[in-house]
Amino acid sequence: MPIPPPTFTSPHGAASGHARLVLRGIGKVYPTVIANDEVDLTVRAGEIRAILGENGAGKSTLMKIIYGVTHASSGRMFWEGEEVVVASPAHARKLGIGMVFQHFSLFETLSVVENVALALPGRPVLDELAQRIVEVSARYGLPVDPRRHVHALSVGERQRVEIIRCLLQNPRLLIMDEPTSVLTPQAVRTLFETLRQLAAEGCSILYISHKLDEIRALCHTATVLRAGRVTGECIPAQETAQSMARMMIGKDLPHCEHGPATAGGEVRLRLAGLSHAADDPFGTDLRDIHVDVHAGEIVGIAGVSGNGQQELLRVISGETPLAEKFPVQICGVEAGRLSPGKRRRLGLAFVPEERLGRGAVPAMSLADNALLTAAHSQQLVRAGFVRFGRAHDFARRCIDQFSVRCGGTGAAAKSLSGGNLQKFIVGREILQAPRLLVCAQPTWGVDVGAAAFIRQAIIDLRNRGCAVLVISEELEELFEICDRIAVIARGRLSPARAASASTIEDIGVWMSGLWPGAEAAGAAPEAAHA
Amino acid sequence: MLELEARAEPSRPMSWLSPLLAVALMLAGGLVVFAALGKDPLDGFRVFFLNPVKDLHAISELLLKATPLMLCAIGLAIGFRANVWNIGAEGQFMLGAVAAAGVALHFGDSGRALVLPAMVVAGALGGAAWAAIPALLRTRFNASEILVSLMLVYVAQLFVSWLVFGPWKDPDGFNFPQTRMFGEAALMPALVEGTRLHFGFMIALAALVAGYAFLNRSHAGFRMRVAGEALEAARYAGFSTTRMIWVGLLLGGAAAGLAGMGEVAGPMGQLTDKVGSGYGFAAIIVAFVGRLNAFGILLASLLMALLYIGGEQAQQYLNLPNSISMVFQGMLLFFLLGADVFIDYRLRVRRRAAQGH
Repeated sequence: MPIPPPTFTSPHGAASGHARLVLRGIGKVYPTVIANDEVDLTVRAGEIRAILGENGAGKSTLMKIIYGVTHASSGRMFWEGEEVVVASPAHARKLGIGMVFQHFSLFETLSVVENVALALPGRPVLDELAQRIVEVSARYGLPVDPRRHVHALSVGERQRVEIIRCLLQNPRLLIMDEPTSVLTPQAVRTLFETLRQLAAEGCSILYISHKLDEIRALCHTATVLRAGRVTGECIPAQETAQSMARMMIGKDLPHCEHGPATAGGEVRLRLAGLSHAADDPFGTDLRDIHVDVHAGEIVGIAGVSGNGQQELLRVISGETPLAEKFPVQICGVEAGRLSPGKRRRLGLAFVPEERLGRGAVPAMSLADNALLTAAHSQQLVRAGFVRFGRAHDFARRCIDQFSVRCGGTGAAAKSLSGGNLQKFIVGREILQAPRLLVCAQPTWGVDVGAAAFIRQAIIDLRNRGCAVLVISEELEELFEICDRIAVIARGRLSPARAASASTIEDIGVWMSGLWPGAEAAGAAPEAAHA
Repeated sequence: MLELEARAEPSRPMSWLSPLLAVALMLAGGLVVFAALGKDPLDGFRVFFLNPVKDLHAISELLLKATPLMLCAIGLAIGFRANVWNIGAEGQFMLGAVAAAGVALHFGDSGRALVLPAMVVAGALGGAAWAAIPALLRTRFNASEILVSLMLVYVAQLFVSWLVFGPWKDPDGFNFPQTRMFGEAALMPALVEGTRLHFGFMIALAALVAGYAFLNRSHAGFRMRVAGEALEAARYAGFSTTRMIWVGLLLGGAAAGLAGMGEVAGPMGQLTDKVGSGYGFAAIIVAFVGRLNAFGILLASLLMALLYIGGEQAQQYLNLPNSISMVFQGMLLFFLLGADVFIDYRLRVRRRAAQGH
């Protein structure tokens, strides 16, 4: 992917800024785990420093200590040369530290502008603030409507709100925890321009990401964490993605094997002129969607989040049943009015975007969570009673075959890290040997090793003759695993094109709704709407 | 300085210790209350908590009192697990009593053996029918089952009053608001000769076993627990929320109706306007003190029955107002909610000096 090289080229530039933030021997001990151990870190003025590490390496904990969300068990922190104890995020913001979280810290029942107002000191006038939000969002290419309520926003839109909220406070240190996962390539470039500009103005940036290419393009320096300890430092521009991955996971990165698709498989999923008005007034209406997914192929749907992905997934899964039968056809059966359970019996398996609370019940054990969707396919219920032994065995298989790190089948779903829970859910769905797998954001927030594993598992499933539909906001991922790719924009779906015949650039343009033939059908009503 | 620290995961032992802790604190609080009222605390303790279990007769009265609490609470627990908030067990209890009384008044003198089973069925159906109203309104019009079921309690109370002041009034009852006494065939057989403890206690125990099997072993119970824990996950898995609302309310109503039947066919032997004596509301506390779990509910209903009888005893022997038992119920719930904090948090002593700068 052609990302411009860092504009910050002077080798002495980063080193010449004064040390703005210095950590000495920071440690954090939780009741069951040591998250940080003797971490030293220096961030200079105007420096963009990457923090690299697998899930669970202690990156997020370290950032939370700097931002005052949690307190270090040991060690010292210096800000602009003075020792500080950051008592709270409000204190951190007063010092000039801003943070964009990986897991969003927004109040769902409040509007965007109200959420932003809460993070600002004093009592801002909401109308003026809304105006500033519109300005900042336009300047940095992060479109968001300040009057919308957060609960109606997609994951991607929520992240935009987080970024805007930080930028409004003119921070001197900006901490960004995986900010680009949901942006188009063009928007990533815009964001990088913004970050470089901020750095040139003297702002320091701590940048957490799994995307090694991005780190190479953006960051001046990188600190690598493994199991809570600093295991190395590097200058990303002088490294390859492979060499950085090695520093991170201690071994070479696994690579996905992707043979050609079996041609001419039967149609397992057909969306035939699917239209659906969103139940939520802020949702996206789906309009005249056509696509076929055949046995033995992986079809990907790209798009910036909030363009109808959530609505489309719910219509396919049956969580939003339709009034008519024909628009959703699963394995040859017109299924538009069937419940999610009946669709599963036709051979559908589904990995939703949210893991905790939708794909898994947080407080329940993994055995119970295996029972959640596998009751019928694995015969876990007899005469109305649960066969707990079998549920336990099936959960055991998911854990073993997908290398889920957990405390056994009795561990509560919420005790797992995000990546491990995702592996468990993907495993639970794949091991039911579905005829059609629908998968949303298969590797969102999952570390590189686990992501490669999940992608390979999906490809293996397709090689066994399953039809797979993947909806993802990560283009590299779609290009890595998909046979054909379509783009969703404003509730419309582009034609699916062979991945080998497309470039990331083309798809990026399509993501704004401009695919061949789209003008006639879609652009006109949009213009009228605007 | 004391500090609450979040636990990595909820403590299982604590979720069982918390009710015991609450009981202990309630007892301690009780001693203070007795002392403050100018009574000898130990004497008060003896009257309140030991008298109700002092001999076989006292214990039979305790079990008699616990029977309707058990039945109502296990039914409610099924709905509560799925976040179906049936607050109107009291009304369903009364309608169960009314339906059973109707059968008894019409067929009670026929002397047939089928009368009592028919009353059991009628009681369950009466309670379920009353609970069906909030279920229908909730599933059709999204009306809050909390409000509807609660308001129907007062409708039920007025309906009972109308019956016993009007069409069902005992013609030879000196104008008291009550029906005729039921015939022998319409009365629950005694479990222990010479006491009032009746067969309804066995029905309640059976309901606890059935409730355990449903909640902890059946797939339907699993689906309800999922819906209570994470509604989105229940939708994702394809569990019908509409069906859960119906199941939760109908089972809760049927159990409460059975309890009402047990009261009119047991200790009362007739229907009066005093049939609803608060069991349906007290059962809400019982269900939560019992952790929405069959075994816990068994213990909690015995405890609650003890508080009721202890209150009567305190009135009789200590000259205390009967509302003393409400004070104890309130303390129990208060301490339980307080102790529940320690399921998710632990107490830590933290030295302030280590943090200063």
